[in-house]
Amino acid sequence: MIKTKAALAAGLAAAVLTAPALAAETLDAVKSRGELVCGVSTGLPGFSSPDDAGNWTGIDVDVCRAVAAAVLGDADAVKFVPLTAKERFTALQSGEIDVLSRNTTWTHTRDTSLGLNFAGVNYYDGQGFLVKKDLGVASATELDGASVCIQAGTTTELNLADYFRFKGMDYSPVVFDTSDQTVQGFASGRCDVLTSDQSQLYGLRTKLDNPDSAVVLPEVISKEPLGPVVRQGDDEWFNIVKWTLFAQVNAEELGVTSENVEDMKTSDNPAVKRLVGTDGDMGEKLGLSADWAAMVVAQVGNYGEMFERNVGETTPLNISRGLNALWSDGGIQYAPPIR
Amino acid sequence: MADPAARTPARPAALHAAPKGPPPWNNPRVRAVVFQIVALGLVVWFGWTIFNNTLTNMESRGITTGFGFLDNTAGFGILFSLIPYDESNTYGRTFVVGLLNTLLVAFLGILFATLIGFLLGVARLSSNWLIAKMALVYIEITRNIPPLLQIFFWYYAVLRTLPGPRQSLDLLGAVHLNNRGLYIPWPHPETGFWAVGVALAVAVTGAALLLRWARRRQDQTGRRFPAGWASFGLVLGLPLAVFWLTGGPVAWDLPALDGFNFKGGARLIPEFIALWAALTIYTASFIAEIVRSGIEAVSHGQTEAAQALGLKRGPALRLIIIPQALRVIIPPLTSQYLNLTKNSSLATAIGYPDLVGVFMGTTLNQTGQAVEIVAMTMAVYLTISLSIAFLMNLYNRAVTLRER
Repeated sequence: MIKTKAALAAGLAAAVLTAPALAAETLDAVKSRGELVCGVSTGLPGFSSPDDAGNWTGIDVDVCRAVAAAVLGDADAVKFVPLTAKERFTALQSGEIDVLSRNTTWTHTRDTSLGLNFAGVNYYDGQGFLVKKDLGVASATELDGASVCIQAGTTTELNLADYFRFKGMDYSPVVFDTSDQTVQGFASGRCDVLTSDQSQLYGLRTKLDNPDSAVVLPEVISKEPLGPVVRQGDDEWFNIVKWTLFAQVNAEELGVTSENVEDMKTSDNPAVKRLVGTDGDMGEKLGLSADWAAMVVAQVGNYGEMFERNVGETTPLNISRGLNALWSDGGIQYAPPIR
Repeated sequence: MADPAARTPARPAALHAAPKGPPPWNNPRVRAVVFQIVALGLVVWFGWTIFNNTLTNMESRGITTGFGFLDNTAGFGILFSLIPYDESNTYGRTFVVGLLNTLLVAFLGILFATLIGFLLGVARLSSNWLIAKMALVYIEITRNIPPLLQIFFWYYAVLRTLPGPRQSLDLLGAVHLNNRGLYIPWPHPETGFWAVGVALAVAVTGAALLLRWARRRQDQTGRRFPAGWASFGLVLGLPLAVFWLTGGPVAWDLPALDGFNFKGGARLIPEFIALWAALTIYTASFIAEIVRSGIEAVSHGQTEAAQALGLKRGPALRLIIIPQALRVIIPPLTSQYLNLTKNSSLATAIGYPDLVGVFMGTTLNQTGQAVEIVAMTMAVYLTISLSIAFLMNLYNRAVTLRER
């Protein structure tokens, strides 16, 4: 009898606990927590990797910091959760993280079937190949029969299969969980070729004992627009992440930098005034303070600063702006106006 | 859930053969049935609520559900497959590829772990001091290091340090070993090979008849005939003789360096070798201890009785001790087989394309249908484990002590 009653109570309790969860208001959750939870990679130089002191740095990390600056006014109020490529979408879907900023390619399938939204593009990339110099290979078309190291659960895996099949070439894929493992596999000679997004190849090459022993082949075999991702169904939060990135691009275009942002608050340029919050109610419309964009630029910098600091020509990665230059400089970084 | 009927004495109603029983709500038997129905209903309802709730939530978040994805094109390559597979096959086929790779490593692992484990278990009890101590050292080392570390050891410390394909180690120019794997020549039968197949079938039938005859002769006359060795020689010798007489109708496909890698022949990838070696060696040490405990569980009087009958140590072990020890050995051995099968999912740590690596890894990530894929994968491991347990239980029933 007592057992039956207990079972009944347990059943009822379970029914209450599993009542359908409504889409959580991410903004309120982040504000009351006082901290943004951001999913990043397990270590990719230039994009998201911890430094000697354990501080996360990189262009993907800065996207998280910018969102934290806009929402909480503090770019350091971020908790970083390192995720493998395989774990990342589940972590976001289940609400473990507020935003995923982990060199994630925006594709049709991911946008439409995972219950997620891509909030923009912080890096335009393309897939390439890294090979050892002593193989004497100059072009990807000479890779017939090669063993290729790849990271599991990436668009890279699919592009690679498409490319080799289309070219009528043979290959054997050696699939690992983390990018570190793929570098190890490549370094120890388990594979001839390491394939990934080109920006990552430059970053991963710096992890080799002798970075000059390997070269990145000229071919780019795919389009890889990388950007932050949020859950579907919380449009307010989606807008915040999207416009934080746009604000950084607009700031670069308007010449607002982390150094001059305070002076710019006295600017007469109406576009600058709307950006830094001295005119209009742009912040309020997002549910944020008026100086949201000014805090982003002051604490993290504009898009150009973010790029140069993490992956630009002064860093070991030594990547030129290329596609990621502003549209007015021959690139394709373009943000809708703040008005 | 406890069975209330088992506790309630069911007799009173029958004993009091009174025309009027107690009213149904006071009848313990009726009440027992009612409560069981209610409990079962609650369990079913609870399960259904979880299922339905998951579906509703996924739908409201715009996450695709259903098993339709199994028919879509996979579009990614897999390193090693027992069945023909390429990028244009479906996700459903990636499931089969992963499943077969899991079964392959589990089957070969169980086979070799059993062989090595039995040898070690017997060696551990050997009266030769050196052999017994060597077995002890082996067991204590491998049993106490986690299997994942052993897999890493074989993969990173042993196989990764081998030279590349262009400097590969070779044996007689036919077998090549490098950090891409072990390449061996592979036979392709030519016309006339059927004679060898026929010879093998004849030899197997002959061996079976020989074993039966030898057993009957021993039952009747008590004289023994070395039927085991004779039939072994028959099964091996007859096909070989026919093979030689027909002029060796087999073409050997030799591996040769072509471009980046070796082509031709058969290839064991390093990921497979590392996983197989680690699982075999790890599980063998547990099996050795189980075998030892089984043998020690047989009373020493049995050994003495065998010696008194004039049996030598080998036959005494084979005919008296081991058959009795098996009763103790089989149940824990089943657990070790299940453990090995489940441990094979550690494959994903070194990139061996097993079910977890391929299906729950890449396929899950490309489709995003976590709930379906995780459920399918769990169902597979459950099915494999239950099948092994079922087969081992059948065998256990065959070797249990029959009291006459």
